[in-house]
Amino acid sequence: MKTNDRLSRLLVLVPYFLARPGIALHKAADDLGISEAELADDLQLLFVCGLPGYGPGELIDMSLGDGTVTITYDAGMSRPLRLSAQEAVALVVALRALAEVPGLAAGDVVARALDKVEQAAGDLADAASQVSVRTQVSAATMRVVSGAVNRQHVLELTYYSAGRDELTERVVDPMRVLLRDGHSYLEAWCRTAGAVRIFRLDRIDGVVERDEPSAPPSDARASEIQDGVFRPSANTPLIELRVGRESRWIADYYPCETVRTEPDGRIYVAMYASDLDWARRRVMALPDDVEVLAPVELAQAVVAEARAALAAYQ
Amino acid sequence: MNLVLCLLSTRRFLTAEQIARIVPGYEHDATDSRAHEAFQRMFERDKAELRELGVPIETGTSSVFDAEPGYRVAPGDYSLPEISLEPDEAAAVGLAVRLWQNAGRQSAGLALAASRGLRKIRAAGVEIAPPHLLGIEPVIAADPALEPLLAAVRTRRVVRFMYAKPREFRAQQRQIQPWGVVCMRGRWYVVGFDVMRGAARAFRLSRIQGEVRTTGPAKAFEPPADLDLASHVGATRPERVESARVKARPGVAAGLRREATHIESGEDGDVLTVPFADVRSFASRLASYGSAVVVLDPPEVRDAVVVRLKALSEVPVS
Repeated sequence: MKTNDRLSRLLVLVPYFLARPGIALHKAADDLGISEAELADDLQLLFVCGLPGYGPGELIDMSLGDGTVTITYDAGMSRPLRLSAQEAVALVVALRALAEVPGLAAGDVVARALDKVEQAAGDLADAASQVSVRTQVSAATMRVVSGAVNRQHVLELTYYSAGRDELTERVVDPMRVLLRDGHSYLEAWCRTAGAVRIFRLDRIDGVVERDEPSAPPSDARASEIQDGVFRPSANTPLIELRVGRESRWIADYYPCETVRTEPDGRIYVAMYASDLDWARRRVMALPDDVEVLAPVELAQAVVAEARAALAAYQ
Repeated sequence: MNLVLCLLSTRRFLTAEQIARIVPGYEHDATDSRAHEAFQRMFERDKAELRELGVPIETGTSSVFDAEPGYRVAPGDYSLPEISLEPDEAAAVGLAVRLWQNAGRQSAGLALAASRGLRKIRAAGVEIAPPHLLGIEPVIAADPALEPLLAAVRTRRVVRFMYAKPREFRAQQRQIQPWGVVCMRGRWYVVGFDVMRGAARAFRLSRIQGEVRTTGPAKAFEPPADLDLASHVGATRPERVESARVKARPGVAAGLRREATHIESGEDGDVLTVPFADVRSFASRLASYGSAVVVLDPPEVRDAVVVRLKALSEVPVS
């Protein structure tokens, strides 16, 4: 794998430098995703590569000076190698996933890029046509939100907070659009909360773009993304449930810390909840086969709320 | 590297023996059988490695008098076609790489392939603007089965894997012709012809256990011409044909209010008319609102909510 990776890199070096005479070494190393030392090693190796005969006029030649590189003889390697099947699929599938997002302000840019990469990939792109990535979002909301991100304008939101089951009015400074797990989100500095918040687009019931530049505070940080999920903050409660077949889907639906099949076939699930009130509503919305193991406050809250609700029917 | 340059520069097919004589690193005494075997192994390995990288090595003979086949690379087949991208288009390609990188370990191979592809596009002279300029951060959670299945879809090879259906605890072996892969609501599915069941099926990648193994030759099947991947995944939600009337205390149950087709305000609360598809799942949802809502009608929804609340009020508190 390692030699394979080095060879793949060596093959792009000559055309890369050929297209950029006199480029600085540190800039090239950055572009190629390697260290300057690795690049220097690669260039040393290139010096002894060339055409049969391997005399002075047949070896790859370049002038190194003052931290820059210029190729003076390319030994016939003027173009990069065409895309491999795997490279073509990886690029085309990802671009198609972006192009399929309805209403995205950058949608036409993505579509043009997809078209050009598909042309460069030739037949290899055909396989990628058997791949589809759908993102559910209202095109109208996405148009306003992603447009405001690009224009760096402030947004007024009417937002349904599912965690607290409330409609709220907020003024936010947009930072970026997040596409994740089939949903779209706006990450923004929320002036109402005084913090960075992530808003799911399908819960934005109303949106107005203000003609006012977006100015998130300089210390507003975008969320860390690791392994495809946003990490829960440290002080959210861990809840433990035992569920039967009917409620098993929650283990697929919510990010869980632990999922384990018990000897009786039921499933033990441990997950972080944003707060106990949220957890209580989630538990009460599940089918009959759920049992709350911990925390005890959650189990008590479920029973108390169910009793209070029953009173209205008696 | 020298082998690539040599094969690119030749118009004639060069035999292994000719290559051994001119390319440094391959020189050996051809009369020494052990040295010759070692060369042959090395040459085969290098060829395989180049082919894996996508170098199109042709095999053939230059004339009818050549007894042994030779090798060459046609520059036209070797080179990436001309590609020119505007700065924002190039940023979009950078974003495509980011998408796999953000997906984490599960798609490390796709991230590596995408960044190699990007590097080749750069080598063609394209400058790539930083992707954050587009203001989008894409994250697709990938499953370990995604990469092998994409490869099988591409090469049209039959695959085998262990699969556990949602309501079954024991995984069963499946053998399918993979037609395509689709991501819906953030979840990956492979759609294909289930050989043992003799019908088209969709399989959720996260329920595949263990490795995906290919079996049989490439180009083993042809996907249907009018294939609509999404239609195999049960994309349609059940239609909401019935409505219930629910009384909600003022200012609560915002989620139900968003779905209500009609809201009538009263002194002790608002009466919401909310459409629903399935009595049982709707009743579970209403139960989750607890004492904030009371169902007025229809009776079957009201009864289902009462049954559900009774069960919840008797949940043992350990």
